[in-house]
Amino acid sequence: MEPLRASSDDVTLVARLRAGDEAAYMSLVETLTPSMRRVARMYVRTDAVADEVVQDAWVGVLEGIGRFEGRSSLRTWIFRILVNIARNRGKREGRSVAFAVLAGDDLDHPSWDPSAFLGAGDASAGHWSSLPFDWRGVPEDRVEAGELRRLIQETLDTLPAMQAEVLRLRDVAGWRSEEIRNALDLTDTNERVLLHRARTRVREAIDRYYRTVDET
Amino acid sequence: MVELLNDYLDGALPGSEAAHVEAHVSGCDGCETALAQLRETIRRSGSLTEDQIPADQRDLLLAAFRGSHAGA
Repeated sequence: MEPLRASSDDVTLVARLRAGDEAAYMSLVETLTPSMRRVARMYVRTDAVADEVVQDAWVGVLEGIGRFEGRSSLRTWIFRILVNIARNRGKREGRSVAFAVLAGDDLDHPSWDPSAFLGAGDASAGHWSSLPFDWRGVPEDRVEAGELRRLIQETLDTLPAMQAEVLRLRDVAGWRSEEIRNALDLTDTNERVLLHRARTRVREAIDRYYRTVDET
Repeated sequence: MVELLNDYLDGALPGSEAAHVEAHVSGCDGCETALAQLRETIRRSGSLTEDQIPADQRDLLLAAFRGSHAGA
């Protein structure tokens, strides 16, 4: 795959930032800062320090925007600045966070419960023994979009930070996998495993919800 | 097979493997339903919204812009 470079939208946006376009800058700030706060918080001890890191990162972005060469997307470049500052700050605080803490220790968990498949002793081993519940069969008027949103939000809040953030960037904010990898300094494999694990946890939560409303 | 569905949806499988997944799913009720669950999971996650950033932080970030070369 071609390495991802800045898009034409990025080129336009960078030109606006360089020209001092406050509205363009604030729109970018509003879009990226919530995620930047969470990412910074992975590396430092408190929310207050994470906010200082975010502030420093934006100052760094503004100082460096003249040198942005478009070799990555703009948001990836901004997150690289953020992660570098957050890591250094974390080191100065004497805080070192093991990758396993951020990523979770359940990454080898299968996407589907193995008990849903026929075991090795069966002639049809590996086939579904009980089919997944078909959500499409649940009458639409029983499904509350707002409740599902809250449920997904709550599920993400319980996930290891890096799992939740990869899912948010990919499935909520619509980043490409390559951007996420570069922004958060993840390997290709790690990015996919984190995303899949997070999706599994969210899918399981939605599945419980659909089964519950189907019974009522 | 079911472990490949995420990569399939993300377009991360080479063409031959993606075709293999499609052929399998078209004949397997379980995997077809599993794929539908995953699609719905991604769609529902996409409806999440971000909190607004606190006003004081917003003000500080705006001040940083006004004080910078870009904002000057």
